[in-house]
Amino acid sequence: MRAEFWITQTFNGLSYGALLFLLASGLSLIFGVMRIVNLAHGSYFLLGGYIGLSVIWRTGSFPLALLGGAAAVALIGIGMERLFLRRLANQTLGQVLMTIGFALIFQDLALLIWGGDPYSLPLPAALSGVLTVGELRFPRYRLFILALAALIGAALWLALDRTRVGAMIRAAVDDAEMAQGVGIRVPTVSMGVFALGAFLAALGGVIGGGFLGVYPGLDFEILPYAFVVVIVGGLGSLPGAMVGSVLVGLLDNFGKALFPELAYFTLFAPMALILALRPTGLFGRT
Amino acid sequence: MIPRRVLAGLGAAALAGLVAPALSAYPLTLLTQAAIIAILAMSLDVLLGYTGLPSLGHAAYFGIAAYAVGILTTEYQCAFLTCLVSGVALAALTAAVFGLLAIRASGTYFLMITLALGMVVWGLAFRWVSMTKGDNGIAGVPRPELGLPWSLSAPLPFFYFALAAAVAAWAVLGLLVRSPFGMGLQGIRESESRMRALGYNVWLHKYLAFVIAGAFAGFAGVFWAYYNGFVSPADVQLVTSVETLLMVALGGPGTLAGPALGATIIVFLKNFVSVYTKRWLLILGAVYIGVILFAPRGVLGALRRRST
Repeated sequence: MRAEFWITQTFNGLSYGALLFLLASGLSLIFGVMRIVNLAHGSYFLLGGYIGLSVIWRTGSFPLALLGGAAAVALIGIGMERLFLRRLANQTLGQVLMTIGFALIFQDLALLIWGGDPYSLPLPAALSGVLTVGELRFPRYRLFILALAALIGAALWLALDRTRVGAMIRAAVDDAEMAQGVGIRVPTVSMGVFALGAFLAALGGVIGGGFLGVYPGLDFEILPYAFVVVIVGGLGSLPGAMVGSVLVGLLDNFGKALFPELAYFTLFAPMALILALRPTGLFGRT
Repeated sequence: MIPRRVLAGLGAAALAGLVAPALSAYPLTLLTQAAIIAILAMSLDVLLGYTGLPSLGHAAYFGIAAYAVGILTTEYQCAFLTCLVSGVALAALTAAVFGLLAIRASGTYFLMITLALGMVVWGLAFRWVSMTKGDNGIAGVPRPELGLPWSLSAPLPFFYFALAAAVAAWAVLGLLVRSPFGMGLQGIRESESRMRALGYNVWLHKYLAFVIAGAFAGFAGVFWAYYNGFVSPADVQLVTSVETLLMVALGGPGTLAGPALGATIIVFLKNFVSVYTKRWLLILGAVYIGVILFAPRGVLGALRRRST
């Protein structure tokens, strides 16, 4: 059992980490550009899951659910950013209360619209079942999540590192005022990044619906995970979000498997250790 | 000179004490809740309003003390004083450990770390079933027996008990924030670098403020467990932490009376609204947004601006 246990748990941890990456990379980028701690980020995940569910009930199409859920929530994110958050620049407490206010409203609206029952997103046939390699069994869906997250991670990295828009985003992360000064439209960049962050979180929500399910309270349950990823990796850093997601996914999974009652401790104690050594996270800058 | 706020606060407490016997059971319950939650809100104000540290995990200390009371009374039949001391000590100890991690960070990092640490406590409450009974919570916490002529199981004596605790906490915290130490905290809130240049030990000030705030949150938690007779993960969840933050913001950070008022408003609003509709969270969310848009300095702040 030993070797199989470790391989299976590592695989599960990695695939959970892949899901967390979708959620946390957006949170990290939003913070990097706008210095906003978005407490409604878990709500985007939840709303994405629910909207994806509704789309799949209507159309039966999994790709449409992914796109529909993510795009709808990206629009919600744009609305929030333009109408409410923009006027609260540099007011940390105000932003916190505002985004929590939205998180509560979204939670209640979701309860009103979709009710209190937990749902699971029906998977397309191609993604259900397991892949058997010798003695080991890997759920196809989790393989799909890993591949998709790797793809998105690579695309994000290429876009940030190699394109003109990416350079503008990086400039805005480094110093928004200077970026504005050299002619970058920081407000537009901010809106784009916020929309992208919401899009990715909601995409994670739809995908997560296939193995975590979608249920009330998921938003505040997943949010601390995204926070830990960002704290460990460093705010505003994409490589940080990648490494952080993998670490948190593994820690959480092994913690739950080995010490079920203390699962949160096994997740947060290493976070505390990392913070004690590097207060800005592994890849964060002061 | 005694600030007008203090007089108003004392007046409000005295008025509550006077009208309490005439009230029916339901409003009396709400007043009792308000008194206890006011302690929690005031304790957070020491951090948020006076030191400028926005903690998002304050329910942790509140809940730990409540759990201590729950476990000590139901499993070990401990007396009030034992429970009070253990609850507050445990909350302070947790804050002392968490503070070591959180105080290193500032601003956004502080906020996220306190949130994550708060979730550790929630996770334990939820998962450590052998100790906390998990999601079911701990029921059957008896009201304390103090050897007084009035039994605290009756609503009215318990209300006076809670009110006395709130006034005592208010007095102690009031003295604290006006002491040289409290002035140091306010100096740190305004400019950390200046205080450092003046030779203040900024870290120690913040750390002590963190522990003291945790201890008083624990004080509130002890009374909450006795009041409710029931302790559950809901007492330590994120929503409880942010609701406390809202109470402070609503009442006006940096004025102990303000957060107490904010706590009272939210307790009453919450209960009245939930009588008429199940959509309490929706309304609470709108209150958050409304406070930020229309009264960013809280109710007391808004009143003060008008009067000057």
